[in-house]
Amino acid sequence: MKLKQSALIGLAVAAALGTAAVQAADQYVGLPSYRVGPYAAGGSGIFGGMIDYFQLVNARDGGINGVKLIWEECETEYNNARGVECWERMKKGGPTGNTVFHPLSTGITYSVIEKAPADKIPVISLGYGRTDASDGRIFPYIFPLLTNYWSQNTAKIKFIGAKEGGMDKLKGKKIVNIYHDSAYGKETIPVLDAQAKMYGFTVKHIPVAHPGNEQQSQWLQVRQDKPDWVILRGWGVMNPTALKAAAKIGFPRDKIVGVWWSGAEEDTIPAGSAAKGYISAGFNVAGTNYPVIKDIEKHVVAKNKSNMEDKSRIGSVYYNRGVVHGIITVEAIRKAQEKYGKGKSITGEQMRWGIENLNIDAALLKKLGAEGFMPPLKMSCANHEGSGLVKFQQWDGDKWKVLTDWIESDQKLVRGMVEESAAKYAKEKNITPRDCSKEG
Amino acid sequence: MQFFFEVLIGGLLSGVMYSLVALGFVLIYKASGVFNFAQGAMVFFAALTFVGVMELGAPFALALVITFLAMVVLGVVTEKFVLRPLVNQPQITLFMATIGLAFLIEGLAQGVWGASVRGLEIPGIQDEPIQWAMDQWGIGISRFDLFAAGVSAVLVSVLAVFFNKTRVGRALRAVADDHQAALAIGIPLQNIWRIVWAVAGFVALVAGLMWGARNGVQFALTFVALKALPVLIIGGFESVAGAIVGGLIIGAAEKLGEVYLGPMVGGGIEGWFPYVMALLFLLVRPEGLFGERHIDRV
Repeated sequence: MKLKQSALIGLAVAAALGTAAVQAADQYVGLPSYRVGPYAAGGSGIFGGMIDYFQLVNARDGGINGVKLIWEECETEYNNARGVECWERMKKGGPTGNTVFHPLSTGITYSVIEKAPADKIPVISLGYGRTDASDGRIFPYIFPLLTNYWSQNTAKIKFIGAKEGGMDKLKGKKIVNIYHDSAYGKETIPVLDAQAKMYGFTVKHIPVAHPGNEQQSQWLQVRQDKPDWVILRGWGVMNPTALKAAAKIGFPRDKIVGVWWSGAEEDTIPAGSAAKGYISAGFNVAGTNYPVIKDIEKHVVAKNKSNMEDKSRIGSVYYNRGVVHGIITVEAIRKAQEKYGKGKSITGEQMRWGIENLNIDAALLKKLGAEGFMPPLKMSCANHEGSGLVKFQQWDGDKWKVLTDWIESDQKLVRGMVEESAAKYAKEKNITPRDCSKEG
Repeated sequence: MQFFFEVLIGGLLSGVMYSLVALGFVLIYKASGVFNFAQGAMVFFAALTFVGVMELGAPFALALVITFLAMVVLGVVTEKFVLRPLVNQPQITLFMATIGLAFLIEGLAQGVWGASVRGLEIPGIQDEPIQWAMDQWGIGISRFDLFAAGVSAVLVSVLAVFFNKTRVGRALRAVADDHQAALAIGIPLQNIWRIVWAVAGFVALVAGLMWGARNGVQFALTFVALKALPVLIIGGFESVAGAIVGGLIIGAAEKLGEVYLGPMVGGGIEGWFPYVMALLFLLVRPEGLFGERHIDRV
């Protein structure tokens, strides 16, 4: 009897150890996605693209140095409270806890800013979130990667300047900034005001109340003000409504420049012909004509493993943005494995090191099949933005067409503002900035 | 002055769009005395079903018929599984049931048709200014907004005749007054509720088409229902005409408020200004402009 009991215990222990051995070769990523609710179109596209890229890495490469990616979705409905709930639920997931958190919401990002260093889980807010978190000395676990909102705005003004025939031609011009009346919408007001002073143009900020499905009064003000350009900083239904309202007052759409959250097919298709000519910024491009997307089509979509219900969305702006999320996540894990052990699962803290030491240069982009698809990226302890490059695209009535190469942002202006704002935050929260010269 | 009139006319025409949504609330309230929280979800469901059916290859008219039938089915199912078990329950219970129904319909719509945002064009009606008005008065009046105003006028006329001149309409009013008394005198409560939910479904379909053509067919259509609330408070919950007048008042006031008062307080007041107006109105005339004054004997 005793022998039988011991044998059973032994089997159980062996099974548990066996499971642990299998789990040790997995890398868990908790995904706070939103597939229902008001912003489901953005959520399903971006998380769909990210998951398809993870599936590609598992299917084509056998994972990252043999470590398979595993993931779990948690529905937030773009709601801050639910985002925090998902953080708590997923932080201990997988063999080493959650590797990285992609909130895909400025609100949720703000909600977990203090949790991230406490739980040692990095937050990637790619193209959104708190701009001054680009200062990694104050925000060690927050990564507003690629290009933050302030950088993007300086690139926008550069683009407008180029269209006008030079930055000196901006003097005396009139720009209206139509923004979503929220923390997200207001984020770029300081940098626009600073640039208006610098270049001598006037800027008028006009807020639109959430959700933005009524904008007649705002656009009548635009008609009265007769600006040279309009900057559109919308989200969701606010975008097509703005384009329709612009058409209604006869404002030329090719004089409207939107933020990247106003520059997807979901923003232009509902506006119909009113969207034709509209320009938006972007840190990724649309289209399927990139090797990385071709590989996804071959290894994931053709094998019926795609996360996208609507296959026509593969190659859309949001889907490709999800692929960019996937590329950065995978390459940061790979980088961390170089230091902490190839073929091993890494922790959130190790992932932070991986992100801070990430260098996706032109050669690596080519190797990944993402040349021209996303900008190069070089991270550091102090610089959590890493790129600051922006492309501009124009809606031709049917699809987005890339208008420019990567345009550099005004880092001299932006970095100064970032450091000033981050220092204020550090003082408020009594944070001692990291000494990056001592970081390995 | 020209700018003032442009804002005013734009506001009045926007108000008509709010009235379209408010009408659905009025219908259900008249028949059951319940504020149907699910009306916004019904607008979303109708518009999404319509574009979904069109994507399957159906022409405009057929898609309209199929969607109407879907709304009738939704109404019948709601009556059978939500309202019938709650007959004679307090109104707050029915109200809570419609809150649950709203989430169910929203989830059902996205579950069946997906989360993608769709465009919707009403054939031959562009959301562009009428050139003649521009040339004559320098005022931009949207062709689409005028069309929506015309649709509302027809809808209100038909509903007014339906409520006041038909037996079903009179039965509806009796049911609204007292479920039990209406049943006692032989009014078929279940049939009446089915009819009224089907008609509210049709109104939701019309509102969904108009708002969908304006902003795209997406989840945000559910939010337009929130603007119907101040419209109903001002117009009165039981009045079809009140929904129109309330809509006009809210539309004009919020646009004028945004343009002339907004800049003094940083702008973006359109979201809350109608509610402040409704609140003030409640203090002066709680039953609304056209609502029935209830006097309870204690």
